[in-house]
Amino acid sequence: MASESNSAPVRWTKKDLLGISDLSAGEIQLILDTALSLQAIEKRPIKKVPTLRGKTVINLFFEASTRTRSSFEIAEKRLSADTLNFSASGSALEKGESLIDTAMNLEAMAPDMIVIRHKHPGAPHLLARRLGSGVINAGDGAHEHPTQALLDAFTILQKKGRIAGLKVAIVGDIGHSRVVRSNIHLLTKMGARVVVAGPRTLMPVEIEKMGVEVAYTLEDALRDADVVMMLRIQLERGGGTAFPSVREYFQMFGLSKPRLSLAKDDAIIMHPGPMNRGVEISSEVADGPWSVILEQVANGVAVRMAVLYLLSGAHEESR
Amino acid sequence: MSAMLIHGGRVVDPSQGLDGRFDLRIEDGVVAEIAERIEPSGNATQTIDATGLIVCPGLIDIHVHLREPGFEYKETVQTGTRAAAAGGFTSVACMANTDPVHDNRSVTGHITSEAERWGYARVYPIGAISKGLLGQELAEIGEMVGAGAVAVSDDGKPVMNAELMRRALLYAQHFGIPVIQHAEDLHLSGKGVMHEGEWSTRLGLDGIPGSAEDVMVARDLILLDDTGGRYHVAHLSTARSLELVRQAKKKGIPVTCEVTPHHLILTDEEVSRSSFSTQTKMKPPLRSESDRRALIEGLIDGTIDAIASDHAPHHADEKDVEYNCAPFGILGLETTLPLCLTRLVHAGLIPLSRFIELLTIGPARALNLPVGSLAPGKPADVTIFDPDREVTIDPEAFRSKGRNTPFSGWKLRGAAVATVVGGRRVVV
Repeated sequence: MASESNSAPVRWTKKDLLGISDLSAGEIQLILDTALSLQAIEKRPIKKVPTLRGKTVINLFFEASTRTRSSFEIAEKRLSADTLNFSASGSALEKGESLIDTAMNLEAMAPDMIVIRHKHPGAPHLLARRLGSGVINAGDGAHEHPTQALLDAFTILQKKGRIAGLKVAIVGDIGHSRVVRSNIHLLTKMGARVVVAGPRTLMPVEIEKMGVEVAYTLEDALRDADVVMMLRIQLERGGGTAFPSVREYFQMFGLSKPRLSLAKDDAIIMHPGPMNRGVEISSEVADGPWSVILEQVANGVAVRMAVLYLLSGAHEESR
Repeated sequence: MSAMLIHGGRVVDPSQGLDGRFDLRIEDGVVAEIAERIEPSGNATQTIDATGLIVCPGLIDIHVHLREPGFEYKETVQTGTRAAAAGGFTSVACMANTDPVHDNRSVTGHITSEAERWGYARVYPIGAISKGLLGQELAEIGEMVGAGAVAVSDDGKPVMNAELMRRALLYAQHFGIPVIQHAEDLHLSGKGVMHEGEWSTRLGLDGIPGSAEDVMVARDLILLDDTGGRYHVAHLSTARSLELVRQAKKKGIPVTCEVTPHHLILTDEEVSRSSFSTQTKMKPPLRSESDRRALIEGLIDGTIDAIASDHAPHHADEKDVEYNCAPFGILGLETTLPLCLTRLVHAGLIPLSRFIELLTIGPARALNLPVGSLAPGKPADVTIFDPDREVTIDPEAFRSKGRNTPFSGWKLRGAAVATVVGGRRVVV
């Protein structure tokens, strides 16, 4: 998992991490390399370093989250940052305060970084424009989820040793997925061949302009795939109206063990969670030896530690 | 008797095929004479030296929202018409989505009396097609026309019910007025906030497909073919809608259409380039580059009758929110002239006379207005502008109450110098 050999070392200069679309391949590699070196910390008996001591991070989650929120919080704590968790329910947002006002008030308490999850695309960008704190996008609507794509890449590298030249199939509710957009940016920048598949009613128009191939059968997507990423149908965002029934969906796009044989023998199965067992993936596949789903979750902590570390400027201060 | 002499300018009046150095004499509020040289007669004559400037019929914007009554915090008749005058417009036609809705003659009367009180520009109110803009029953169209309304539209909302649209097209003929449609199938546009295409896909924002407009225009043209009357497409934005109008016109179907400056200049990519700026959010949404090019073609070949800005003021707080939460609409009155001069005329896409036609006699014919021409005997509405003056768009300097424009900071060439309404020079 070494840096590209003959390129100049990349320095992190960005205040925010808003999306993978803004990153160069070198910056992506820098985050992944940093994550690898930070991952050693969790193997120690005392899983904590003083790197972000005295820094304050606010976790601003306007949408439900289990994995991402816990993962950020653990990453922050392992780096010794002071953390504050803010959720929309029980806040002044319920009293009609605007996102900008909420953020300006939190900013007044001088946090160093704000991690935001929001249902509306561009909400982190709105904050980043207005706030001095570093802003980390932890998922904005169907737009981007950059740390998810980074942890996916970290996991692929761990298992396959490379990204360039791999065939990655991403299957499911493409239209509502921020994970797919961030992954398309990342994987194409790093040289993978990406095929997206799902019902036509959930396929965003002109997605091929993002540099991917489109398949409308699961079989076409799986054939010779090195990596298979399954996506949840986002029923809460209307994904369920795109096909007549879950039963029919599973028949067409659900990943079961027999279908898996179309992929390469050493293919890995990924899922960003939360999973709907029996809808997009059978339990047999999700829990099988090819599944790296829980490793994704484990790697999320190291990747988020890397992002927090780079954005905090700690790497500059230690020079 | 009041008199005015505008001398030394290049007079461009497409209604008479006029383009050359002329003097213009105004008497008692009407155009008296255009000639190569007119001597000032008597002390009572006010003179305007237009040397080096363009003199044309007063510009007309047939699609603005003045927000009064009901949304005075966004705009009023006073501030909106003052913005019009500052932007070179002598006439505007204002939409009915006020509160209370302009669906009865008392609102018509309020708007016209406010316009007369301030005197910055003529205001031609457009009444609602349906009571309360609810798309169910016809509003009192006859009474509103009696009080000064020049057309009807549920603008802001489409008339979704085809039967009601058919009824409106038939009934409006009693008063000789056009029915203006905000063409959008609400089922197809759904929760959309921008054009459906590559950029909505990249940004993860819900898209409004071009077909949401096209199916409505197609439906209405079929109805119009049966009913006759007059039908005008507001803010037409897609290549396919334009082609439908082009073919309908060839068949003699009585349709006209307008396009906005922003649809002629910007595309959906702007939403990404501006990093989700809500100043790029309007209906219809900024469309694709191929749509934009088709609209330019429609200006050149004459399919498009008018440029209209869809001036839609909103309070800054309303736009300072997440993209999905912001209201649709941007300002137009104080940016249309420099934008179109720079990006259409100076860029060599259309000649100056065609540009002026699209803002004078074109819209006047579309809505049957008695202005838009400097022919002797016509109301003396004149716009004088400098086509070469360099300007930088500065929302803080707008006379409108709104600041919502995606063109802030743009460096452009062209600015209004003076407007004359009914023979009287307007002071903004």
